[in-house]
Amino acid sequence: MTQRASQLGSEHSPHAAVSVHDLTVAYHRKPVLWDVDLDIPSGKLVAIVGPNGAGKSTLIKAVMELVPKASGLISIYGKQFRKQRHRVAYVPQRESVDWDFPIDAIGVVSMGRYRKIGWCRPVRSQDKRLAMDALKRVGMEEYADRQISQLSGGQQQRVFLARALAQDADIYFMDEPFASVDAATERAIVHVLRDLRSSGKTVIVVHHDLQTVSDYFDHVIMLNMRVVAHGTVEEVFTNENLRKTYGGRLTLLDEAAGLLARQSSKV
Amino acid sequence: MNAGHSISDVSFVFPTAEQIWRVLVLEEYNTRVVILGVMALGIAAGIVGTFLLLRKRALTADALSHATLPGITVAFMVMVGLGMQGKSMFGLMVGAFIFGCVGVLLILGIRRTTILKDDAAIGIVLSVLFGLGLCLLRLATEMPTGNAAGLNGFIFGKASSMVAGDTKAISIVAICIGVIVLTLRKEFTALCFDEKFGAAQGWPILRLDIVLMSLVAIVTVIALQSVGLVLAVAMLIVPAASARYWCTKIGSLLLVSALIGCLGGWLGGVVSALVPRMPTGPVIVLVCGGWFVFSFIFGPVNGIVVRLWKVWRLNRRVAMQHILRAMFEVSSEDTLCNFESIANTRSWPQTQVKRLLSRLERHRFATRKGNCWSLTALGMAEAKRVVRNHRLWETYLINFADIAPNHVDRDADMIEHVLGTSMVEKLEALLGNDPITTSPHPLGERG
Repeated sequence: MTQRASQLGSEHSPHAAVSVHDLTVAYHRKPVLWDVDLDIPSGKLVAIVGPNGAGKSTLIKAVMELVPKASGLISIYGKQFRKQRHRVAYVPQRESVDWDFPIDAIGVVSMGRYRKIGWCRPVRSQDKRLAMDALKRVGMEEYADRQISQLSGGQQQRVFLARALAQDADIYFMDEPFASVDAATERAIVHVLRDLRSSGKTVIVVHHDLQTVSDYFDHVIMLNMRVVAHGTVEEVFTNENLRKTYGGRLTLLDEAAGLLARQSSKV
Repeated sequence: MNAGHSISDVSFVFPTAEQIWRVLVLEEYNTRVVILGVMALGIAAGIVGTFLLLRKRALTADALSHATLPGITVAFMVMVGLGMQGKSMFGLMVGAFIFGCVGVLLILGIRRTTILKDDAAIGIVLSVLFGLGLCLLRLATEMPTGNAAGLNGFIFGKASSMVAGDTKAISIVAICIGVIVLTLRKEFTALCFDEKFGAAQGWPILRLDIVLMSLVAIVTVIALQSVGLVLAVAMLIVPAASARYWCTKIGSLLLVSALIGCLGGWLGGVVSALVPRMPTGPVIVLVCGGWFVFSFIFGPVNGIVVRLWKVWRLNRRVAMQHILRAMFEVSSEDTLCNFESIANTRSWPQTQVKRLLSRLERHRFATRKGNCWSLTALGMAEAKRVVRNHRLWETYLINFADIAPNHVDRDADMIEHVLGTSMVEKLEALLGNDPITTSPHPLGERG
């Protein structure tokens, strides 16, 4: 895949894990993502990088229909997200939940099984076992019965990752899993990522650490309110693209977004 | 329940043992009806309240309960207008339920369409709807037909007006609520812990929220008669909040919360039956409040006593380790290990040194000959371990964190006592298994 290979929507590959076509997302009528157009290939580790406010989290949330989109089409393995929901797992940002919640680590991981268990039924022992396997994969099995508030930040992150693993999905969206974690957790996460890739899964990670992009990922999406570049790390993770991505916002784009927000809120 | 006492009667006769017994075992019919009713209410409120609290919607529930007042009066007026007596309990409850839900919707609407936040939205809805209710109540009492006299009993509750049918209804509702919450336990857990994750999995978050708030509305409605709408929210929040000091898992939280609510209802009912002129609702709330204070102080999960005990134990351990290290350093400098030289290593008050030394003696860490103290073999081993941890950390700070040698002593003082086995192992892996016989900085030069 080359840079912006898909300027024409018709070139979208049916084999792509995730296809995003002309996606625009607005918060309170202020656009935060403009005309995003991408194909994310299957079976790769993909990083989404960009400065603060570039719309990295928004992009994955929009794909999972967690934020409304102003326009655009999204497909997962060629079908609508709603029909493919069971094939998608999500690791939200660690700060998005209250870690004083009265639940233990295995309880959180079991949530990854809730959908498969179905409505109004209790967690079966077989689901507990799968949850335990997921905890083992992130090296947390000895903390299974630990109250989540007693875990360190890195351990909490690993519990979140285990919950996604317990879902046994094909596509994993992770929102800043490496943010302020200890070295052991970072190693555990990288190990899991490679494991997922070798079993043919697609992993899309919002990532903030530019140093490690080349080590950890195959593909990179460089984002700053619009897609600056996307493709393999070797091809597009260049100084020039980095400068384009991080060299300040596009002032006119930003201004236009502000105008749009002000104008439409007058109505 | 307080029949037989006139309002001007201010004397208080302590109930006899027999009276107390008759109330406790629910022998009197009227008392039994009331107490069983409020116990069932306490269970239902405790169960629903647990998830209400975890969903962080406690104040929304308060607005909801205040919003029931206009509902009750409007229902009364409508029923009178339709030519009914206007006192059908079921009709009033339906009105209360509808307006409670309207209150919640108004809060959501204000939050969504304006720049106002939750607290302002709740404040507006709560006060304005309650004010509306009071005005409508006045209009209702002036209506030529119907008798609105009993309606203001719903504001602060009037348990004595409960009849067997009410108690039966409350119990049935409580059972239904218990069954619904237990069936949806998994779904409510996901909703309260991580709604975004639930939404990504395709759970209908909004509908689950509606179910939860409807259950809250139903509990409020069945609490109107006994506890009253102003205090109803206490039944939802206080038992659930108290339970958090006793357990850390949802299953046990539900159980303990229901138990505290039930006990609150029972004890509150008993007290208000025994003490003349005591209103049942507020007494129940007070009993639950007492439970909260008790839990807050003595609860094993983060209760004050437990926390103080932990701090006290840590301080004790730190002081012990400090004096062991002081004695080790003094004795290794060939100074006489007497009382003064130990006290001089740190600016410790003499009394504290005395206390610490006698504690060392009790633990067989040190022995005394006149004014001279010496470490036993056991004490020496412990002192060596402590000193080694201290020096390991100092060496780490000097070598890896680039901290000046004359500063590391104070830093290590804080850390050495909390170094666990795994941390010590990691330090050893970094620094080698050197016994570190000398201090990495000159002794006596404390920063």
